[in-house]
Amino acid sequence: MSGAYLPLLLLFAVSVVTAVGMLVLTQIFNPRRPTPQKEMPYESGMIPLGDTRARFSVKFYMVAISFIVFDLETIFLIPWAVQARALGWGPFLAMTMFVVVLAVGLLYEWKKGGLEWD
Amino acid sequence: MTLDFSRNLDYFWALLPEIVLSVWAMVVLVAGVSGRHRPGQRTDSEGDPDFGQGATLGWLALAGILVAGFFNGWLYGVTEVGHTSMIAVDHFRLFANWIFLLAGALAILISFSYVYRQRLQVGEFYGLILLAITGMMFMAAARDLIVIFLGLEVMSISVYALTAFNRRDRKSGEAGLKYFLLGAFSTGFLLYGIALVYGATGSTNVVAIGASVANGTARTGLLTVGIALLTIGFAFKVSAVPFHMWTPDVYEGAPAPVTAFMSAAVKAAAFVAFLRVFLVGFDAATTYDIWYPIMWWLAAITMVVANLIALVQSNVKRMLAYSSIAHAGYLLVALTAANATAAAGMLFYLLVYTLMNIGAFAVVIAVSHQSEERLQIEDYAGFGWSNPLLGVLLTIFLLSLAGFPGTGGFMGKIYLLQGAADSGLWVLSVILVLSTMVSYWYYLRVAWFMWMREPVSEGQHDLVTAPLPMRLALVASVALILYMGIFPSSALGFAQASVHGLGSLGGGLLGLRP
Repeated sequence: MSGAYLPLLLLFAVSVVTAVGMLVLTQIFNPRRPTPQKEMPYESGMIPLGDTRARFSVKFYMVAISFIVFDLETIFLIPWAVQARALGWGPFLAMTMFVVVLAVGLLYEWKKGGLEWD
Repeated sequence: MTLDFSRNLDYFWALLPEIVLSVWAMVVLVAGVSGRHRPGQRTDSEGDPDFGQGATLGWLALAGILVAGFFNGWLYGVTEVGHTSMIAVDHFRLFANWIFLLAGALAILISFSYVYRQRLQVGEFYGLILLAITGMMFMAAARDLIVIFLGLEVMSISVYALTAFNRRDRKSGEAGLKYFLLGAFSTGFLLYGIALVYGATGSTNVVAIGASVANGTARTGLLTVGIALLTIGFAFKVSAVPFHMWTPDVYEGAPAPVTAFMSAAVKAAAFVAFLRVFLVGFDAATTYDIWYPIMWWLAAITMVVANLIALVQSNVKRMLAYSSIAHAGYLLVALTAANATAAAGMLFYLLVYTLMNIGAFAVVIAVSHQSEERLQIEDYAGFGWSNPLLGVLLTIFLLSLAGFPGTGGFMGKIYLLQGAADSGLWVLSVILVLSTMVSYWYYLRVAWFMWMREPVSEGQHDLVTAPLPMRLALVASVALILYMGIFPSSALGFAQASVHGLGSLGGGLLGLRP
C-alpha cells in the first residue's frame, strides 16, 4: 500500500487543484460585463428552461447513437492495441470479428440513410 | 468429434448454430435495406402473392433457421471433455434449440401477410427474430451465469424492439416501452442475484456453484438472498404471478406474430435457463430447502390467479396472454418437483406449448384480417361455420391449450403431473388439475362463440385470409400436436433422453445426476 499508488494520488491531487483553481481564478481575474444571455445556466448551448416535452429532430438521436457506438469501439480497441503484439493472434481474431460486426452495423446505417442530415 | 475447451478454438465448433444464426441475421438485415424496393412502400395490390419484398427476406430467414437446425443436428455427434465448460454441449441444450428454432420458423411463417399489410420493415423484423433466437440458444447453452445473462440480454433487447415494431400503432409503442422498463428492472434483479451467488460460492459457473453448495463451503446467508433474487429475475421473464403485471399489456400491444413468438419462445428460453441453474447449481438438499417453498407458492399463485383473471377477458389476445401466464404456472410445478421426470415433462410441454400457442395466434391473426382489429370475442361469432377449416384448427389448438385428451396439451399435463407425483407434490397437483378445469371455461368460450353463435353481421368473415405460408405453419402445428397427443412416446422418449445426464457430476438429490 505504499509507493505503487502514489502516481494515482498525484493525478487526483492535480485534477482537484486544476478544477478548484479554474473556478477560483476565473472568479478573481474575470472581467464582468453581464448580459441576460450570459447569466443563464449553461447547458450545451440549448435554452435550459422550458417545456420538457419540447420536440426536436430525431436526427440528433441518430448522431448520438452513432457516436456512442464508435466511442465504445475506441474504448475496446485502444487497450487491445496497446498490448496487441504481446497478446498474439487469438485476440487479433476476436477484435477483427468485433470490428466486422460494427462495420455491418455501419453499412446498415449508411444504407438506411442514417448518415445523411437531410 | 470431441471438443476440449482448454483449446479456445473449440468454442467455435460448440457454438456453430449460434454463429450461423447471428451471421444470417446480419445478412437479412443488410439485405433488407439494399433491395430495390424500399421497405414500407406499398406499390402492389392487396392480393400480391409475394407480399412485396417481404417474402424473399422471409424465406431467406427461414433458410437461416434451417441451416442452424442442420448444425444443431450435427452437434448430436459431438461430445465434450468434462462437463464444466462455459458452453454446454449436451442433449438438453439441443432439445431446447429445436424448440426455439421451431418457434422462430412458425413465427416467420405466420408473419408474412401481417408484415406486408402493416407495412413493417421486413429486414429488421426477420433479422431481429433471428437475433432473438440466437440469444435464446445462448441461454440454453450457458453453463455460466454470465453467459446466461448475455444470452438473456441479446434475446430481450431484440424482443423489446420487436414489441414496439409497429411504429404507426400507439399501443405497440406503449407495450414496447413498458416491456423495456420492466425488463430492465428484472434484469437488475437477476444481475444482483448473480453477484450475490458469486459472492457466496466464488464462481459463476453453474457446476462449480453446485459443487460449492454440495460440499458446504458456500455462505448460506448470501446464497439465500442470491437465490431469491435470481428467482425474481427469472420469474419476471417467465411471467409468474406476482411479477406478471407487464404480460397482458405487452402481449396485447405487440404485433400479433411477435406476441406468438415471445409467448412461446421467450418463455421457453427463460424456463430452460431457470431449470439448468436451479437443478444443476442449487440441487443440494440445503439449497433445495431454500427455494422449494418459494417455487411452490409461485406455482400455486400463478396457476390460480392467472386462470381466474383469464375468465373475464373479452379481448382474445389478452385472454391468450393470461393463458400463457397460467401455462408458466404449470411449468413451475415441474420446476418445483425438480426430478428427471418433471424435467423431461417440462421439455415436452414446452414443445407442445410452442406449437399450440403459435397455432392459436396464427388463427387469431387470420381472423383479425392480418392486423390489430377484430380481437374481441364477439368477432368470432359464427366464424366456425363461415371458415370451417380455420375454425376446426382453432378449436383443436384451444382444446390442446386446455388439455383435452387426444391432444399434445393433455399428454404434456399428464407428464407434468407425473413429475409432481414423483416428488409427492399432491396439493400442487390438485391445484393444477382444478385450475385446468377452470381454464376449460375461457378456452371453450371462444369455441362456443365460433360454433354456437350467429355472426353479428352479414359477411363478417369474408375478408379472413390465411395465405400459403400461414397454412403451412398451421398444418405443421396441428399435425404435430395430434401426433404428440396420440403417440406421445417418441417425443417423450426424446425429451427423457435429452434430460439424461443434465448435470453429470457427483451425486445429487434430484435424480438428475447418475
